[in-house]
Order: sequence, then structure tokens, then C-alpha cells
Amino acid sequence: MPRIIVCLKQSVDVSQLKADPSTGRLVTAGVSRKISDFDKNALEEAIRIKEKNGWELATVTVNFEEVKASIREALAMGADKGFVVLDEALKGSDTWVTSSVLAKAVGKIGEFDLILCGEASIDGFSAQVGPRLGELLKIPVITYARKINITQKTVQVERVLEDQYETVEANLPALVTVTKEINEPRIPSLMAIMKASKKEILTWKLADIEVSAEEVGESGSGVRIRDVTVPQVGRKKIRIEGETAAEIAEKLVKELVKEGVVGK
Amino acid sequence: MGEKKGVWAFSENMELLKELLACGSPLAAKLDTELSAVLLGGDMKEKANELIKHGADRVLIVDNPNLRAFHIETCLAALTKLAKEKNPQIILIGATKNGKDLASRLATRLQTGCTPDCSQLFVDEEGWLTTKRIVFSGNAIVTASYLKTPQIATIPSRTFEKLEPHERTGNAEKISMSLEEPKVKIMKIEKMEATDVKIEDAKIVICGGRGVEKKEDFSFFKELARTLQGQIGNTRPLAEDRKWFSSWVGLSGKKIKPALYIGCGISGMIQHVAGMRDSQVVVAINKDPEAAIFEVADYILVGDLYEILPAIVQELKKTLN
Ligand SMILES: Cc1cc2nc3c(=O)[nH]c(=O)nc-3n(C[C@H](O)[C@H](O)[C@H](O)COP(=O)(O)OP(=O)(O)OC[C@H]3O[C@@H](n4cnc5c(N)ncnc54)[C@H](O)[C@@H]3O)c2cc1C
Repeated sequence: MPRIIVCLKQSVDVSQLKADPSTGRLVTAGVSRKISDFDKNALEEAIRIKEKNGWELATVTVNFEEVKASIREALAMGADKGFVVLDEALKGSDTWVTSSVLAKAVGKIGEFDLILCGEASIDGFSAQVGPRLGELLKIPVITYARKINITQKTVQVERVLEDQYETVEANLPALVTVTKEINEPRIPSLMAIMKASKKEILTWKLADIEVSAEEVGESGSGVRIRDVTVPQVGRKKIRIEGETAAEIAEKLVKELVKEGVVGK
Repeated sequence: MGEKKGVWAFSENMELLKELLACGSPLAAKLDTELSAVLLGGDMKEKANELIKHGADRVLIVDNPNLRAFHIETCLAALTKLAKEKNPQIILIGATKNGKDLASRLATRLQTGCTPDCSQLFVDEEGWLTTKRIVFSGNAIVTASYLKTPQIATIPSRTFEKLEPHERTGNAEKISMSLEEPKVKIMKIEKMEATDVKIEDAKIVICGGRGVEKKEDFSFFKELARTLQGQIGNTRPLAEDRKWFSSWVGLSGKKIKPALYIGCGISGMIQHVAGMRDSQVVVAINKDPEAAIFEVADYILVGDLYEILPAIVQELKKTLN
């Protein structure tokens, strides 16, 4: 049976992030985790391909902290099986390491026809892991898909770029990254959630995929994070008030002329 | 950092490539090394001269029929070969969508790290490249540095101001190589409906959000845009859910930094703000006095955009005449 693999990242829910008022540092501890938004679009697309063509669908996730609840959600949505590489040594890994570990995990999962990833993750937004993974697996890479068509041997994709759409085609197996506009991810029914509890989640340590601790984390990475700070926006926040819209408009235009952004 | 030497810049977009030279110039000076622009394609003489005027000490030209029309895979193959042969220590790539794809794969082939969408780059005391960029949907700035070379970074357009062109001497070096046919075939290219000026280049942007009820209501915006010679922008839901536009301003869309941004009927969700936070002056109109957009605004107008916008147009016409 042909197989699709979807790479799922568990990221912090960025809408819940706050700065610690005393230090100005970002607080990520205690913030809830979820499947990164675009990865969910990738999963939804994979489920649709599976439903249409009868393919098998596995997810793969790499992390240094617990991800089970996220994978359960993916299984409830429609994935058949979840593979997780979970190892504390992975902390501090960059996209180069993450994609290398994913490549090893995919190698262990076995044959596949299509890999789907989100265009980027909602926290880091680097858009690197998909293309890097495709490169490591030496298969065609197609990024920024808003439409995917599968035939027996090929994948046809409509890409969204800054100022144009591009229709491209490649032979399978291939890796495609998807945009948010490709679909609306489903919300699993209670029934599906119950059924999913019987589906299998396989968890590997690094040793199980023959990766050593030195190859991951900061020691294996090409980039290390030095500091994370909260940006300061120094805005004036002047409220322009008035009895009528005309009065407000008059005051605003005066200010804009003073700022030198309007007028000669 | 061993044998590696030189700062390189590449983008398929000529204007962005010039901006990368402006970014790379102080890095090359600090490292006491050469700044090179990479040009892939044919008929590159004139372009090479232009790049030298904009700060390149050297232009590396690869002329190959497979590079005449842009394709990520052929550029990737050419850049990989060039980098393996010449060993640059830093490679700057324009952060277009294709550029980010290309940079990730180049970094993989060269077994190194890459930081995307950098807004600041400098060289630390030990000579390593250090970059700053926005993460967590605009909630944080991360400072990163490298552990391997070459050090690859991508840089969005309009992050650096091009250098003033002036007559300089520089070398144009032609390199020939053979390149394989790409695996991904481009079947069709369809241009999005283009406005005359790109929103990234606009001095004034009037942005609409879900507070705008109908597409036709953008006529108010158009009038204001005409009066101010500005451009119209929008939030993502107006493109994605309502299909009124094909692009949007924000984290996952266009990054703008006009002299004046006027946001109307926009709540100010962090993902939108990530695309406009660098605007010089921000005006926000929203009927909700608690709207988040007011936190990032210089001028706060609480009220109905349908009343305030026409009044602003009226007032501007008076003032500008
Ligand atoms: C992964 C991800 C990426 C995203 N990327 C982007 C992005 O790049 N860009 C982007 O824009 N969004 C992005 N979003 C969506 C973003 O989170 C918000 O949903 C979106 O920006 C909200 O758009 P809005 O402000 O137009 O709409 P709303 O949040 O619905 O706000 C409408 C506002 O209009 C006001 N209003 C209503 N009527 C009037 C009136 N008559 N006069 C004045 N004010 C009025 C309301 O008070 C309200 O504040 C992204 C979301 C996700 C999950």
C-alpha cells in the first residue's frame, strides 16, 4: 500500500505567550503546546489523499519533551499510526539536526511515496525543515503548495509565491510543504477520538534510529541560540478625540503634517 | 574557521541582491575579506557592472543554459558547486519564498546552519556571524550565532537600504559548469494581479481588516490612497476567507515599513503586527477602544471607519490643495 508520511511539530501556542514583566524575557514554561498550525494543514491534506486513494498515513515527530497528546489528536483526525523520536538530548537542536533526525526516522519507518510538511512552524517560522528533509532523502522538494494532485506516479502542485502561482510536477516519492490556504483542518468527532485511542504510537530514543547524542543538540547544530528578548515598541499612543469625525480628522491630519509623512 | 574566506550574496531578485550587498559590505570589511555577488544566468555583463557599483568587490558569474530561467534546483546545484570550490565563510541569500527554500537546501548540502529572515547581522569578537530575527509570531527577537561554516543567512527585502551607486573597480569572474536537468518540472506560471507599485516599496499604506464589510467599501481606501499616493493593504482573512485579495500584510505575508501606515478595522493580532511593526508612523482606526492594534499605534482613533475615513479624505484634500 502506498504511504504518506506527515511531519508534525509540536510548538508552543504563540497566542498565549507573555513577557515576564520583571525581566522582559519571554515565558514559554507553562504555555500550552499544540500541533503547529501549518502542519495541521499538511495532516488534513494527507488525510484527504488517504481517503481518496486508500493510502496509509503515518505521522513522524521529533522532540525533547512529551508530545503524546498532540499525536493522539493527529490520530483522531485520521492518521493511522504515529512515530515519535523522543530524547532529552535533542534540546538545543537547530533545523539541520532536526531534519537529520527526521531523515533517520523516515528511513526506519520504511518505504514511502509522499512526505508532507507545513510551510513553516508557527513558533520559529524558519521554513527550513521540509526542504532540508527532502534534500537529505534525495527526493524532489516542492514548497508552498496551495493545491496538490496525486496520480499513481506523480504529484502536481500549485505553488503560491510572492507575485505568482506556479504549477509544477515531480515524480513520486517527493516532499511537499503546504500553506494554510490549502484546506481547513477538520475537528475530530468524539467517535474518532475514542477510536484513535486504539491506534499505535511508536516511540523511539535516538539510539533506536542509530543517532548518537553528539550528533544532536547544540553539539551537532550549525546554529545556536544566544538570547531571546521581547521586542520593545516605542509608540506614541496618542488618542485623537473629538465631537465629530471631521474634528478627529482635522486633528489627525495636523499631526501627520507635523510628522512630515503627509504634505509636500 | 579554517580556510574559508569571503562574503557572498545571492538573490534571483536583482534589487534584493543589491540590498544584500549593503548588508554584506560592513561584514566583509570587519572580516577584512572580499564581498562577492553571485549571478546565475546568461548576458550578465551589465548586471555585473551594476553590482560592482553597488558594493561588490567581485561578481561570480555562472553562465549556463539551464540557469537562464529561474529554477531552485539549478541555482542550488550551481551554488553548491561554487561554494565547494571557493569556500566562502558567509553566504547571504534573499529571503523570497524561493530564496528561503534554496538557502535551506544549500545549507543541507554544505552540512551547515542557516538563520532565516534576519533583520540584523554582525560579526562577534571571535569572528562568527551573529544574527537577529523575529520569532514566536513577533513576540520575541532571537539572537543566534553559528557553529559551522559556511554561515548561511536569508534576509527579507527592504531590510537593508541599497548603497548609493558609485564608480568602483571590481572583478567579474566567469565560471562554467555543467548542470543537470531539474527533477521538478515547471508546467505553468500565472502572475497575480499586479498593482503598479509593490506594497513593500510604498511610502504610505492604508490597510483594511475584517472591519470592512464589503469589497466595494474599499473604494474609501482607494480614494484615500489616491489622495496620499499610497497603496492599499489588507489582513490575511480578507485574502484567505473572503478571497478579495491574493496577498496580505503580516508574518506569513508581506513585510512592510512605510513612512505612514493607517490600519482600519484591524484588531492588531500579533501575526499581522509582525508585518507592519517597522512602519515609521502608525495610525489605527477601530471602534473597539481596547483593540490590540492601539498598543502599537502612534495615533489612536476610536470610532467607526465608515465615518472617520471619509472625513480624513475631506480634510486631506483641503490640506493638500
Ligand atoms: C499561522 C497563522 C499565520 C497568520 N498570518 C497572518 C498574517 O500574515 N497577516 C494577517 O493579517 N493575519 C495573519 N493571521 C491571522 C491573524 O491571527 C488574525 O486572525 C487576523 O490578522 C485578523 O484580521 P483582522 O484584524 O482583519 O480581523 P479581526 O481580528 O476580526 O478584527 C476586525 C476588527 O475590526 C474592528 N471593526 C469592525 N467594524 C469596524 C468599523 N466599522 N470601524 C472600525 N473598526 C471596526 C473590530 O473592532 C475588530 O477589532 C495568521 C494566523 C495564523 C494562525
